[in-house]
Amino acid sequence: MSSVTADSPRLDFSGSPVNKALTAEDKIELFRKMVRIRRFEQEALKFYTAGKMGGFLHLYIGQESVAVGTLSLCGENDHNITAYRCHAHALTVGMNMNELMAELYGKATGCSKGKGGSMHFFAPDKNYWGGHGIVGGQTPLGLGLGYGLKYLGKEGCALCYMGDGAVNQGAFHESLNIAALFEIPVVYIIENNGYSMGTSQKRSSSYRGCLAQRAEGYDMEWDVVDGSDLYEVRAKAHIAMERARKQHKPSILEITTYRYYGHSVADANHKKYRTPEEIENYKANHDPIHLWRRRLIAEGVLTEESAAAIDAEAKKEAAASSKFADESPAPTVESIMDDVYWETDNKTEASKLGRHFFTD
Amino acid sequence: MSRTLTFREALREGLDEELARDPNVVIMGEEVAQYNGAYKVTEGLWKKWGDKRVVDTPISEAGFIGMGIGASMLGVRPVMELMFWSFHSVAFDQLVNNAACVRYMSGGLINCPIVMRGPANGGTNVGATHSHIPEGLFAAFPGLKVCAPATPADAKGLIKAAIRDNDPVYFMENTLLYGTTGEVPDPAEGDFVIPLGVADLKREGKDVSIISHGRSVIHALQAAETLKEQHGIEADVLDLRSIRPLDVEAILKTVKKTNRVVLVDESKGFGGVSAMVSHLIQDEAFDYLDSPIKRVTTLDAPAIYSPHIENEQLPNPRRIVEKVLSLR
Repeated sequence: MSSVTADSPRLDFSGSPVNKALTAEDKIELFRKMVRIRRFEQEALKFYTAGKMGGFLHLYIGQESVAVGTLSLCGENDHNITAYRCHAHALTVGMNMNELMAELYGKATGCSKGKGGSMHFFAPDKNYWGGHGIVGGQTPLGLGLGYGLKYLGKEGCALCYMGDGAVNQGAFHESLNIAALFEIPVVYIIENNGYSMGTSQKRSSSYRGCLAQRAEGYDMEWDVVDGSDLYEVRAKAHIAMERARKQHKPSILEITTYRYYGHSVADANHKKYRTPEEIENYKANHDPIHLWRRRLIAEGVLTEESAAAIDAEAKKEAAASSKFADESPAPTVESIMDDVYWETDNKTEASKLGRHFFTD
Repeated sequence: MSRTLTFREALREGLDEELARDPNVVIMGEEVAQYNGAYKVTEGLWKKWGDKRVVDTPISEAGFIGMGIGASMLGVRPVMELMFWSFHSVAFDQLVNNAACVRYMSGGLINCPIVMRGPANGGTNVGATHSHIPEGLFAAFPGLKVCAPATPADAKGLIKAAIRDNDPVYFMENTLLYGTTGEVPDPAEGDFVIPLGVADLKREGKDVSIISHGRSVIHALQAAETLKEQHGIEADVLDLRSIRPLDVEAILKTVKKTNRVVLVDESKGFGGVSAMVSHLIQDEAFDYLDSPIKRVTTLDAPAIYSPHIENEQLPNPRRIVEKVLSLR
C-alpha cells in the first residue's frame, strides 16, 4: 500500500521507464496538447461570454496535465470516461476543435449534433465514452468499461475521471467495492482541484490525509500525484494502468491540481470562496503548462521560439474553430426526434409492425 | 407442438436460449447465480453456464446497474436482474440519466443494449417500499423500452426480443405470475421471438374493450367471463404486452369495434400507462366513443400492507366488472 501523501517531498520522475522512453517529439506533442486545450477553452470562454453558447461551460484551464499525462499512456485497448469537465479529454484523444466548438455552439456539425453540449462530448471510435453530467454518475460506467474489457478478453484498462466532489457519492463507493471484488481493470482518477463547486474540500469531505486513502477500505491500491508535474503524472498513472492491464486490479489515483476559473463560467462567486492570492500562487508556481515548457527548455528539447510558435498555432486553430462553429448550421427541428432509439434510426423487420415510440 | 410451462420456466428458457445463441449475453444481479435466483427465474443457469456468464452482484443497485450499462456500451449484452423493481430508486440515476440518455446525448454514437428485468407489482403484502409498479414511470423516459408480459409464452418471446434489442429494455414481471402456467411453443419448432410493441388480442368480443397489460390481463379475462355469464356482455381483451413502443393501431382497432373502453392498469391513477392510452384514444378515436373512457387503477395511496384489503387497492376482476357495468 502506498504511503505517499500530498505532503511527500518532491521526487524526480523523469527517469522512470515510461518517461525515459519519450522522444523529443513526444515531449513536444504533450506540450502542444496542453496548449491546445488552454487556447480552445479561452476561445470558448470568449464566445460563451458573448452569448454564443447556452448552458454551462466548465473550464479545465489549470488542470491540463491530468488529461494529457494520463491519456498519453493509452493504447488501442484502453478506454476512458469522465464527468462534465470533459473538453480536455476530448481534445487529447484526438477529437478536433471544430466538432467540439460547434457542439458548444449547439450546431448540427457538433460532435453530438448539438444534442449533448459542453458536458456531453463522446467519441466511441477513439475509446472515449464522455462527458457525463451527474457528479459521480459515470463511476459505475467506468467500472462497466473495465468489466467489458475483461469479459471480452481484451488486455486493456479503463480510466475513469472524476472531480473531488464525486468521492462522496454513493455510486462511487459502490463502484470501488465491485471493482476490487470482481478484479476489474479500472483506474479511478480523482482530479482534485480542491473545490466541490463552491465548497472547499475541508467543508465537504471527511478524510484523513487525502481522498485516495479511502481505497484502503476496499483493499485497493492508491497513490497521490502532483498534477503540476507531467512526469509524475505519467510515471504513477503507468503503474496503475499496468496493474489494471496485467493483474486486473483497480486503483485510485488522486491527482492534485487547480482550476483557474469557477466551477463553471456561471459560478459568479469563485473569487469569494478562494482568495486572489491562492489563485495567483497557483498560476505563478504550479501551472502545468509553464512548468512543462520550462522543463523542456532546460532539457534542450524546446526553445522559447518554438514554444511560442506552438502557442500561436493553437490560438489560430481555436479561432478557426469558433468561426467554423459560428458559420455552421443549427440542427433542424425535425432532428429533435432522431437518436432517441437505435431502432427508429435503423428500421428493422420489427419496426415495420406499426409500433409507436412517440405520441405524434 | 407446445408444452405447458410456468411463467418462470418460460422466462428461464428464453434466457437460456439467448445465453446459448450469443456469447456476449451475460446475466447479472442479486442472487441470480449461486442462490439460483430470488424468484428462481435463473435456477440452474449458473451451474450450466458458469461464473463468467451468470454473475452474482452485491446488493448495490447503482453500482452493478451502472456497470452493466458501461459494459453494454462496449458490446456486452447484460441482462440485469433487480430483485424487485421497487429498488429502482436506488439506481435511478443510472437508469434514467445514463441508460436512457446516452444515445441521444452522443448524437446516436453510443448504443446501450441492456435488459433490466425483475418483478414489479403489488399484491404480495410486502408494504409500500416493495410494491412499486413503475412501467408507466419508465415509459415516460424517451430512450427506454418497457414491457410487461402476462403469459408464459409472451414472457419467453418478449425476453428474447428484449435481449436482441439494441436499446435499453426494462422488463416488468409480476411476482404473482411466476407460478402461472401456459402453452409455450417447443424450441424444436424454431426460434420463438415476439417483437416488442405488438399487442395481443387475448379474447374476442363486440361490446366493450378492456385494455390492459401484465397481471391485470388475467383479471380482465376473468372479468370478461363474469360479464358474459352474468350480463351477456362480450368483451374484447387487448393485452398491450409492451408499453413503449405501444401498439396504437391495435388499441384503435378494438375501440372502433366496440365503442366502449375500460383501461386496467396496476399503476396508480395519477399518471400511469392508462392515462397515456386514454389520451391516445380520445385524440385518435373520439368520434367512435359511445361512453367516456373509464380506468381501473391502483388506488392512489402508497401500497397498503394489510393482506385483508390489499387486493381492493389493486385492480381486480370485481372492480373491472363494476367499471364496465358503469358504462351503461
